[in-house]
Amino acid sequence: MIDGKRVLIILPAWNEAEGLPKILREIQQKLPGVDTLVVDDGSTDSTAAVAAACGSRVAQLPYNLGVGGAMRFGYRYAHLHDYDVAIQCDADGQHDPAYVPALLEKLRDEADLVIGARFAGEGSYKVRGPRSWAMKLLSVVLSRVAKTRLTDTTSGFKACNKPMIEFFSHWYPVEYLGDTIESMVGAARCGFVIRQVPVAMRERTTGTPSASPIKATIYLARAGLVLLLALIRRMPANVKAIEPATRAAARRPELIGKV
Amino acid sequence: MQLSVLTSITGVLVLVWILELLRRQQLREKYAALWLAIGVVIAPLGFFPRLLDSTARRLGVASGVSLVLFAGFVLVLLVCVHLSWETSRLEAETRTLAEDVAMMRAHLAEHHDFPIARSGSDVNDPEVKA
Repeated sequence: MIDGKRVLIILPAWNEAEGLPKILREIQQKLPGVDTLVVDDGSTDSTAAVAAACGSRVAQLPYNLGVGGAMRFGYRYAHLHDYDVAIQCDADGQHDPAYVPALLEKLRDEADLVIGARFAGEGSYKVRGPRSWAMKLLSVVLSRVAKTRLTDTTSGFKACNKPMIEFFSHWYPVEYLGDTIESMVGAARCGFVIRQVPVAMRERTTGTPSASPIKATIYLARAGLVLLLALIRRMPANVKAIEPATRAAARRPELIGKV
Repeated sequence: MQLSVLTSITGVLVLVWILELLRRQQLREKYAALWLAIGVVIAPLGFFPRLLDSTARRLGVASGVSLVLFAGFVLVLLVCVHLSWETSRLEAETRTLAEDVAMMRAHLAEHHDFPIARSGSDVNDPEVKA
């Protein structure tokens, strides 16, 4: 519980047995009273056992569904278990749980979906070449769609309020880049308010980011395609019917801070 | 060798193959009608490739054989798109099932002492009992 709200931190994990204990212990220290759910995405190592030993809730997918699939599961879990807030956080340790209160504050005051964004003032994170063009393209288009300045659209560090959880539990794109780009476009198109707060990213404790220019170019092309599809895809009627908390609060101002 | 020999043999073989698949219940009923209809149209055309010449000319196509080739290509294209659609749907369904299985396993692990597999691959391995 934080401020009387049940908060679930969802950590999609694929072969993260090495890095998990550190991040889980850190969350328990910095954010007592918050539940964690490790979604073991078909790992071949002892990810699930390690997570359970650290006292986290664990769900084991029978085979690898990808980050998007693991997150969709996470939101379905949060919705089924009636959580007020769901926070997505990488299991490799690059997201610092100390920023969670900042995310929650923004969520309470003015947004349905809060992105923890690099490049927004804090920390040192440099990218160049086609990958940076892709990120700029995404940032410009998504900022326009969401009607707010978004600098780090592929961040895997974000917080959702209850209606947003319900929305994502019914509609969550699971394909490549769906969990970052398309999910955000879909939420914005259905009237959910997206905001960002600056966060510093840490060095990953495990794994290395790819820096090949060819891969970065392919990434640019795929990101463009995903973006185009996200903008023209039809949203199902049942998810369009979910009312964002920000809209409900705008209708009834006395609800501000309570939804 | 005449064209009609090649096409008639192919037509008959295709029809026989479809019938055999249907007889062994390897094709779902919804596809059965489609493929049977195709087989029934293909077989006589194999024996008389010129059968469609007058229809073809009326449609502005020079010969019946070209018309069959064109129609066949369009049909194969439609079938391919349909199969892509089917696999997308099936993938969405199996994904939901996988999530539901994980949801129940998580519930059982939390409330009923259900074992957590030592590694993900154990989940599908009946040999391993955690």
